[in-house]
Amino acid sequence: MKALYSLFFVFALLLVVLFGVGAAHLNMLFGVWIPYVAMAVFLLGFIYRVYDWAKSPVPFRIPTTGGQQWSVLPEVKQNRWDNPTTVRDTVIRMAFEVLLFRSLFRNTKSEVYKNENGGPVVAYASAKWLWLFGILFHYSFLTIVIRHMRLFTEPVPGFITLIDSLDSLLQIAAPTLYLTDVALVAAATFLLMRRILAPQIRYLSLAADYFPLFLILAIAISGIYMRYIAKVDVIAIKELTMGLVTFHPHIPANVGISFYIHLFLVSILLLYFPFSKLMHLGGVFLSPTRNLPNDSRVRHHENPWNPKIKCHSYADYEDDFREPMIEAGLPVDKAE
Amino acid sequence: MALKPEELIDSIDYHHPPKTDWMDTPNDFKPGRWAYPGKIDVIKRIHFPNPREWSPGDADWKLPENWKEIIYNGMRERLDKYRSFKVFMDICVRCGACADKCHFYIGGGDPKNMPVLRAELLRSVYRNDFTAAGKILGRLAGARPLTLDVIKEWFLYFYQCTECRRCSLFCPYGIDTAEVTMMARELLHLLGININWIMEPVANCNRMGNHLGIQPHAFKDIVDFMVDDIENYTGVRVKAPLNEKGHEILFITPSGDVFADPGIYTFMGYLMLFHEIGLDYTLSTYASEGGNFGLFTSADMMQKLNGKMYHEAKRLGAKWILGGECGHMWRVINQYMDTMNGYMQEGTNLSVPRSPITGTVFKNAAATKMVHIAEFTADLIRHNKLKLNPARNDHLKVTFHDSCNPARGMGLLDEPRAVIKAVCNDFHEMPIETIREQTFCCGGGSGLNTDEIMDIRMRGGLPRGNALKYVRDKHGVNTMACVCAIDRATLIPLANYWAPGVNICGVHELVGNALEMKGQKERELNLRGESLAELAEEA
Repeated sequence: MKALYSLFFVFALLLVVLFGVGAAHLNMLFGVWIPYVAMAVFLLGFIYRVYDWAKSPVPFRIPTTGGQQWSVLPEVKQNRWDNPTTVRDTVIRMAFEVLLFRSLFRNTKSEVYKNENGGPVVAYASAKWLWLFGILFHYSFLTIVIRHMRLFTEPVPGFITLIDSLDSLLQIAAPTLYLTDVALVAAATFLLMRRILAPQIRYLSLAADYFPLFLILAIAISGIYMRYIAKVDVIAIKELTMGLVTFHPHIPANVGISFYIHLFLVSILLLYFPFSKLMHLGGVFLSPTRNLPNDSRVRHHENPWNPKIKCHSYADYEDDFREPMIEAGLPVDKAE
Repeated sequence: MALKPEELIDSIDYHHPPKTDWMDTPNDFKPGRWAYPGKIDVIKRIHFPNPREWSPGDADWKLPENWKEIIYNGMRERLDKYRSFKVFMDICVRCGACADKCHFYIGGGDPKNMPVLRAELLRSVYRNDFTAAGKILGRLAGARPLTLDVIKEWFLYFYQCTECRRCSLFCPYGIDTAEVTMMARELLHLLGININWIMEPVANCNRMGNHLGIQPHAFKDIVDFMVDDIENYTGVRVKAPLNEKGHEILFITPSGDVFADPGIYTFMGYLMLFHEIGLDYTLSTYASEGGNFGLFTSADMMQKLNGKMYHEAKRLGAKWILGGECGHMWRVINQYMDTMNGYMQEGTNLSVPRSPITGTVFKNAAATKMVHIAEFTADLIRHNKLKLNPARNDHLKVTFHDSCNPARGMGLLDEPRAVIKAVCNDFHEMPIETIREQTFCCGGGSGLNTDEIMDIRMRGGLPRGNALKYVRDKHGVNTMACVCAIDRATLIPLANYWAPGVNICGVHELVGNALEMKGQKERELNLRGESLAELAEEA
């Protein structure tokens, strides 16, 4: 049900464009103003959310330690990147986390069953599919975003052209097929099917988990449609996009409806981003279980709101138990 | 325990979650699903809110009239104080990688025990009251209003989390359910919702110096008794200084080691070791608790109980503190102690710990001035300062259970292994997915080691129990060593249930048995008073 709601909502968004541009001819609204608003909301919203997190202090250093601690015993070898004590090693840990999804790479799958004698068995198998499709999804997305920058730059910087040509390396079809288009659709489909088909994952999923997947798939498919089927006029589109980035918005003729669909869905993604779980893009950098060294035993960490609560003092303790303590021959501070 | 192990296994079904959405699935308050609430006098003694007679099984929990407002304000306050809380409420993508990492989910199959859903129990309310998306989209964004049933659900499920942090290791954003559980429990405390198994130890520890409420004279009696036992078994009379000023080292260990079998054998191991190396140390009856059930209560209570360690080190003039085998004690020491109470070191004799025997300076404890006994002993061993006869442990086939907190809140993994391998000849690791940083909980951490929830504990103990059974069947393992007092209590029923025939011991019990002491008599008995000849024959 939750998946269907989200799917219907994405269809509803399509209808909005078909009606808004196709019937009502609100080209300026869909081609200029909505994208502007979306970009502004995305940028300001993203910055605000990160600022809001950063506003709360980190009272304690609570890294989840994923290996051997730093020891003074020479034969005990520290696992520096999973249990760092220095800033440098913490940066490395974070780089592994952000760039290679290190924690997700640990993933295992547990199963419980009975052996031939009826005895219980808990088995753990390596489960790298989520990691594989997760990383494929994110890197494809990133590459596609970078590729699209050719529409917002003039002249197009060399590295963008380079990425573009690498991505179309296979030289299949005309226009040439982008590898990342295929990878993104495949990975998003995997992530979606996993949510729908695995009973545990379906049970914990919210409508807010299906919606971004459907939306991104719709964006990808509309993009593919534009390029390979509608074969839109890229020159006209670049005229429009350059108008947006140079703040001289202008709607050329010859921009087909499929472009407006694509642009509107991207605008919705940008609008939705700061209010949703997609903010994990910013949050992953702020997680105190990963971005801090495990060093509270080595050097002092300051908690800005430390309440300095006093313990029940020894003097009070001795007052409670002085007599039996003396009787038992335990030393006391005040003899009577 | 009503179910047999095979029946319990049959009751686990991951593939058919309830037909109703989790937000609509009613709470199950059958006896055995919850621990008893804090007694009135206990709650009054530590000045926690709303002391009253109540039971989780009742419909009316007798909450304060403005309970919603209290929770709202409590959440607001904690969101402002803890970045972890705020970030963890916001960034979960529900990828589900954590789901089958939780021992309670693995052993029970209740989806609300998936770490992600456990956190959603709280997140849903957070979204409803604190986020734009939740306010506008409501349930579509995963928001739900706070009701009494939600509070009751929190109580059920945040007391089915042992704060072991295994899920956090696998989370791509490091979302730590322990942190979420701590916040939820703090919120519940504001309404007077708590469990006696945690609150009574807290109250005891505060006034009497230890969780078990052992008073100073009784403490001395027990220690003297152990000194007598050591003399019986070894012929050596060891000293066990209590509350004495002017010693170099203050030794603090969990009170479970003083009180109960098999912890006392570990305690005897400590005393023998200290005697043999001539350590200049004292114990304290006032700071006679290494553990800290405050950690399972609130940050404030954790600080209050922990403060005694520095307070007593100052009074006694100790130069550094040696800490015994305990799990959550070391989470507190490693990740909280200096931050909370470091200021109390002012005016003390505390300095960077240096082993008086080997000269090793424990630079990794430069701020807290506290060294773990496994580090200390491993250092003694590598400097050949101990005469050991591991053959006295030859009837044992040993494995090692990493306790959650030293593993994932510190990284103390190879030190205890180095000690065990020096004092035992036959050591076998459990499967890699169940040890070191991936270790599984004993099922009774974070104050859940109480008998009225034995079904939950045995379910949570399945992954550990099954790994233990695996090495028992494969290698004939008959002993599981650990460095945690709660483990020493909880792993016994766990092993009896899931892997019968395996005994539980502390690492320093093994040390004590292997240790050759100057002037000892022929060692015929081990620290449990069992005949070594008979044990060797049986093996």
